[in-house]
Amino acid sequence: MAYSDKVIDHYNNPRNVGALPKEDPNVGTGLVGAPECGDVMKLQIKVNEESGVIEDAKFKTFGCGSAIASSSLATEWVKGKTLAEALAIKNTDIVKELSLPPVKIHCSVLAEDAIKAAIHDWKKKNGHQG
Amino acid sequence: MVKLPIYMDNHATTPLDPRVLDSMLPYFRERFGNAASRNHKFGWEAEQAVENARKEIAALIGADHREIVLTSGATESDNLAVKGAAWMYREKGDHIITCVTEHKAILDTCKHLEKDGFRVTFLPVDNKGLVDLDDLRNAITDKTILISIMAANNEVGVIQDIKEIGKIARERGVLFHTDAVQAAGKIPFNVNEMNVDIASLTAHKIYGPKGVGALYVRRRNPRVLLTPLIDGGGHERGMRSGTLNVPGIVGFGKAAQVAREELVKESAEMFRLRERLRTTLERELDEVYINGHLEKRLPGNLNMSFAYVEGESLLMGINDIAVSSGSACTSASLEPSYVLKALGVGEDLAHTSIRFGIGRFNTEEEVDYVAGRVVEVVRRLRELSPLYEMAKEGIDLKSVHWATEA
Repeated sequence: MAYSDKVIDHYNNPRNVGALPKEDPNVGTGLVGAPECGDVMKLQIKVNEESGVIEDAKFKTFGCGSAIASSSLATEWVKGKTLAEALAIKNTDIVKELSLPPVKIHCSVLAEDAIKAAIHDWKKKNGHQG
Repeated sequence: MVKLPIYMDNHATTPLDPRVLDSMLPYFRERFGNAASRNHKFGWEAEQAVENARKEIAALIGADHREIVLTSGATESDNLAVKGAAWMYREKGDHIITCVTEHKAILDTCKHLEKDGFRVTFLPVDNKGLVDLDDLRNAITDKTILISIMAANNEVGVIQDIKEIGKIARERGVLFHTDAVQAAGKIPFNVNEMNVDIASLTAHKIYGPKGVGALYVRRRNPRVLLTPLIDGGGHERGMRSGTLNVPGIVGFGKAAQVAREELVKESAEMFRLRERLRTTLERELDEVYINGHLEKRLPGNLNMSFAYVEGESLLMGINDIAVSSGSACTSASLEPSYVLKALGVGEDLAHTSIRFGIGRFNTEEEVDYVAGRVVEVVRRLRELSPLYEMAKEGIDLKSVHWATEA
């Protein structure tokens, strides 16, 4: 299967690889997927208390090149966005940006789930409902 | 410097040996005759070439040349063996025994026969990939007409105890077919010493051309008959009609001759290179696991899981090396390898497996390059892997509740 140039670029130069301190109240962590399914994404966001803007994001991914690229792109996109704006990111946007083929759409779905899970975790920590 | 890309997927197919190509060329050019043409030189030449090749193919497996039925390849050979025996002997019985790690050409053929009213026992394998001989003995009934167990597996390279299986089959009066596609020409394989009645072979796994295979069909003690799949001009003792692929068959013969003459030396070299690759990877990386029995294994095969690194992403990182993966992402079915599953390899580790197939034309320099690249990419991807991070933190990944609908 041929990969798009953007997938290859993210695979070779993944953005924002790493970890943020899980215990930090301003950090939200999303862990989605399962090893048995061949994809696990961990996406973390650091939210500015005052502005509610995501000021940092990190990821680590176990998965194919498209999964790595989807999560790398997700961290790029959420940075500088408010939580509401980040929640509006759709997996189809990722599919389009990375030119993912149909068999790799689940990678983009997982990346969207990872963003939502990280935001959910932050909200839970900070006493927000839902 | 090594020449890139490196081909190390010799279980999938092998490059054509230049000696084989040279032997074939005249049969594409001036000697283009039909081997069935009985009344002119073109036909005689072609027939002579086919008979010489048939002798070489027979010699590779210790058979008589009259026992070789030429086919289009291993899938046809497997189909002819299993369906041909099932239909020929169905009045004697309706039961077939095979094993879960067989090639799809056997498994799907058996499933087809189940729909036609035959009963099939799919024997399990142990965690090293071996069939339990007591399981086999217990599975045989007075309705069993065929046992089909492969000699060496195409994914994990595991070599079954063909000699013992042949003995059991002979004692119980059941025909024994083996898919010897990966074994013949790579390890000693002799149909008489091993009591094999039917055996599938193909040229392109032994540095011959694609599109030509053979089925060994025993002629005496016992005399095996098969119902043909393809009817027509009555070629190949009526078991496989169709004009013979003369250049392909000539190439198959040459490939068989070279394989027979060089087997001892070549298998020792394959083993040396395989062990060099294995020991380097085991020394440089933690948490790598060999899939399948280490000793009862084809000399050129290494199937290894690199925990916490998904197979397709590893292949992407070593894209100047041709190997294959048991990961779901590399297959059309989105299911990880059924062979690894049968060995009890968890799906998590199956997703991280790579099959290296070392062949005749691989060099020590190439093996060292491959080992170096794999180590480098596995380390890089583990830095990227949340599972590796969690494992290093001491989290038991099996105890994690993974948020998945699947």
